[in-house]
Parts: sequence; C-alpha cells; structure tokens
Amino acid sequence: MISNPRPESAKKAAVSPAPGRRKFLNGIAAAAGTGCLLNLAALMLARPAAANPPQALRPPGALDEPGFLAACLRCGLCVRGCPYNTLKLAPFGGAAVAGTPVFTARDVPCEMCEDIPCVKACPSGALKHELKDIGEARMGLAVLSDHETCLNFLGLRCDVCYRVCPVIDKAMTLESMHNPRSDRHAMLLPTVHSAYCTGCGKCEKSCVLPVAAIKVMPIKLVQGQLPAHYRKGWEEKEKHGSSLIGDQVQMPVRGMEDKAFGDSRLNDTGKVGSAPGGLNSGWKP
Amino acid sequence: MKLAQEAIDKKGWLGAHRWLILRRISQLTVLVLFLSGPWFGLWLAKGNLASSVFLDVLPLTDPYVFLQTLAAGFLPASSALIGAGMVVAFYFLIGGRVYCAWVCPVNVITDLAAWARRRLGIKGGRVPDAHSRYWILGGSLLVAAWSGSLVWEWVNPVTIIQRSLIFGLGGSLTVVLAIFAYDFLVASRGWCGHLCPQGALYGLLGDVALWRVSAARRAQCNDCMDCFTVCPEPQVIRPALKKAGQESPLILDRNCTACGRCIDVCGKQVFTFTHRFDQRSDS
Repeated sequence: MISNPRPESAKKAAVSPAPGRRKFLNGIAAAAGTGCLLNLAALMLARPAAANPPQALRPPGALDEPGFLAACLRCGLCVRGCPYNTLKLAPFGGAAVAGTPVFTARDVPCEMCEDIPCVKACPSGALKHELKDIGEARMGLAVLSDHETCLNFLGLRCDVCYRVCPVIDKAMTLESMHNPRSDRHAMLLPTVHSAYCTGCGKCEKSCVLPVAAIKVMPIKLVQGQLPAHYRKGWEEKEKHGSSLIGDQVQMPVRGMEDKAFGDSRLNDTGKVGSAPGGLNSGWKP
Repeated sequence: MKLAQEAIDKKGWLGAHRWLILRRISQLTVLVLFLSGPWFGLWLAKGNLASSVFLDVLPLTDPYVFLQTLAAGFLPASSALIGAGMVVAFYFLIGGRVYCAWVCPVNVITDLAAWARRRLGIKGGRVPDAHSRYWILGGSLLVAAWSGSLVWEWVNPVTIIQRSLIFGLGGSLTVVLAIFAYDFLVASRGWCGHLCPQGALYGLLGDVALWRVSAARRAQCNDCMDCFTVCPEPQVIRPALKKAGQESPLILDRNCTACGRCIDVCGKQVFTFTHRFDQRSDS
C-alpha cells in the first residue's frame, strides 16, 4: 500500500507510463486528502473550543485570547512556576482549550506574587514579559453578580470580599447607601472598580456563601463599554472649571416650596428633611 | 521460525533486545526528568516536551510547536527561540527521527500495537500513503496561519499524551486508545510511520544527520526478513541492504528512526550503529 515513488518505480514508469504515473498520482491524492481531512477535523474541533468557559481565567499578563492561542506553547512552565498551585493545564476533552493554563478563582485564586514567577517562566511571551507590576495584571474582573444573596446587600456587615481584596479601597470599596427596608440603616455595598481590579479572584474565593455572590470572569465577558462620543457632564464641568452651558435659572415649583422630595429622612429639626437630594439639594448642572 | 529466534539463540534474550531496552530506558528517563520535580521535589526539567527548561538554565522548545506558533503569526520570545534552536541543532546533527524512537512516549503505544499485530497475525487493514505526514504537516501550518491559532495542538496526540503523562492530566486515555486502536486494527505502523506530522518534521530536520544504521555485513544476510518485520519504517532498509539504488551500506532514508531493532533481531549481525561517513561494508 505504501506508494513512495522510488527510483525503480520511476524506471518502471518510463517503460509503462500509465500505471506508474497513475499510482504516483493516486498516492499524492490520497496523501493530500488525508492531510486536508485531518486538518479540517482539527479546525472543526478547534472552533467551538476556542471559547473558554467563563470560570476559566488566564494567568497574569496573558495576551488577549486570540493572541494567547497563537502564542501559548502549552508547555506548562507557568504552572510549574506558580508557587501556590493556582494554575492548571486544561486537560484534553475539557471545556477550556486543552493544554493551556487556566485557574478557577473559587478553587485557588491568584496570590499576586510580586515577582510574578509564572510570567517569568513563560518561554514564548504568551504571558507578556513587560508586566512588572502585578497590580497592573488584568486576569479578569470581579462582578458582584447576585444582589439577592450578598449579605451586605441584605444589610449585614459581612465585608469579607472587601477585606481580602489585595487592592483594598481601590479595586473594591464599600459604598454606603440608605437601607430602604429598615429605613434607618445603611447598606455598605461592595463595589468593584475596574481601573484597579486585577481579577485575582480572592473575593470570589472568600465569599462566605455556599455559592459565591461575587464572581471573577474574563473582562470581555462582563465589562461594558460606553460609546466613544459619550461625555460625562460632571467630568467635563470639572475639566472646564465651571458649567459649560452657564448657570441655570432656578425655577420655583409652585405649591411645593416647603417640601423636600426624594428624601424621607428626618432632619435634626424633627421635620422631614430637605438635604441632600430633593429639589433643595443645591444641585446645579 | 519465531521472530529473531536466531538472534536470541546467538546473543541471548538480552543481547537480542539490547537497543529496545536502551530505548525504553531512554524514553522513561525523559519522563522521569520531568516527573522527579512534582514527585520528589527534585527539579531536573520543568515544562513538557513542547517547551521546557533543563536544570533551570537550558531552554528547549519543540520545533514543530514553535513552527506552528510562527505560522499563527506570533514571534515567540528569545527563550523559546533559543530553545527551538537547541533542539533543531541536536536533531540536525544526531538524527531527526531519533526523537521518535528514543524520546517520544507515543512510540511505546505504537510499538505495542505493532507487537500485538504480529503476535495475533493480523495482516489486513488500510494503510494511508506514507507521504500523508508531509501533507498533514503543511496543512497544519496553513491552518495555523489561516486561523491565527495552534489548531493542530487541539488534536495532536503526541503533545496531548506527553502533557498528560507529565502533568498527570486525565482525558488523554481516549487519545492513547485511539492511537493504539488505529495502529492495531486499521493501519500497521499507521500513526508514527504514515501520519504523524511531528515525526515528519523531525525526519526533515535530520536528513543529513550523523548517527546512522549501516548494513555493514550485508553479505551475511540470509533473507530471513526479521528486520523488515520489526522495522517501523521497513522501506528504509532495502536500499542499504540490497543495494537498491545506492552502493553505500548506510541507511540514509530520513525516516529511519535509529531505533536499532534491526540490529537486535538480526542473527547474522548484519546491522550496526555508526556515523554517516562510515562506508565500510563486506560487499
């Protein structure tokens, strides 16, 4: 069956050209067919697998996903470099692209080593060697995905995700809000700031609930984007120094002069309060 | 007569399996180099055969994986570049497909399938053209270039099996079984000898390599066919042994894996390992 064109078969071909040539061409066609077929199969397998599951995070410094899949040699040197066994090579047949490094925040989050040994270990640069400050890593983005079960949203002071955040008070803050249920308490809401969140996953790991209410996912999957032409009025105002459209005329709302709106709290005079919020808050565009 | 009976009678069982045993030791040693770290904390080699660091200084990168990365449009960093250079230089000098016979663990699976075929007398099957490997090699690089991704690495059984062994990953047993079943039931020496693009590239790399098998005592050949039976690339023997198209006793075909099984099984000691410039022969 092996139809390597050998010197003697070439000689034979000279005597009786048709069968020799036909065998040779058949061989080439079969070989080419096999080659194309196997690669096509690989391509069809590769396409759906190219999308990693949302829980599979890349190591720090990873190129964006298409670039990463071109650059990663699937050698596992980053996995060996990780001192906390955070990184794993995805097994064949799993949901993530086989052989590439991933970590699952809820299992073992990234400990954000200052010397970033996983990046140093990468021989190809699929993990960008330019990343020197782990604070600039963007492995994912934390999202407080479930307001119905987050204990802080229920009015408790759990705060665990906030406390464990390695970039505390920058990547995660507690924003105080009025608790409308009790009407007399504050809710301290864990709030993630994408400008600082590295996606290390310590918040998700430490969430005390049986299923985490805060999750770290690939940035592409969760972060929104404003249209390029949008401007925020308050930022423009600050940049400009004053309102860009001049001071507005204050119009009285007839019959409502003494009443506060949108603020049901009592002020120190015992009356329904006036500030902040409501028409008398002093807010100007 | 049983395969290699004369060799076993003359050299003893060990003597008639000398190179086979040495190869198994070599293949095992490669794995142990990688596994001594995670098992015993003794880090000799890190990574896997796609790319590794030996003793924390010497980078090594598989040229096929490296080439796919290049084709996908990414120029790897210097460490991978040097690593690929090291591996290319080694196999260019020593012998390209030495990788297949002495390093790659897939060889154990396909050797086992070939052995099982022989023992059970399975003859039939459908063997693909031996040039298929070059088409798969070229195709895999084209597909990488077109998709900008290492597409072949999704299915490459060679790297999947190596990685699974070294990192203790599950899920690759299906790949092992598939390779075995293919070689055992469908095509004799099908994977390593006809399809594997990684082996094909190593073959191309080692086209002029130094380490060669020579049929130096070919006049002694009694046509017992044992060497053809055990050889994973039987077409490479004839030119040297029977002077078919060449005078040299050296097996110069790039697809000779230098496995040494022909040396083992020959009762007449026809074959021997030597270097490329050794043209001595008894006929």
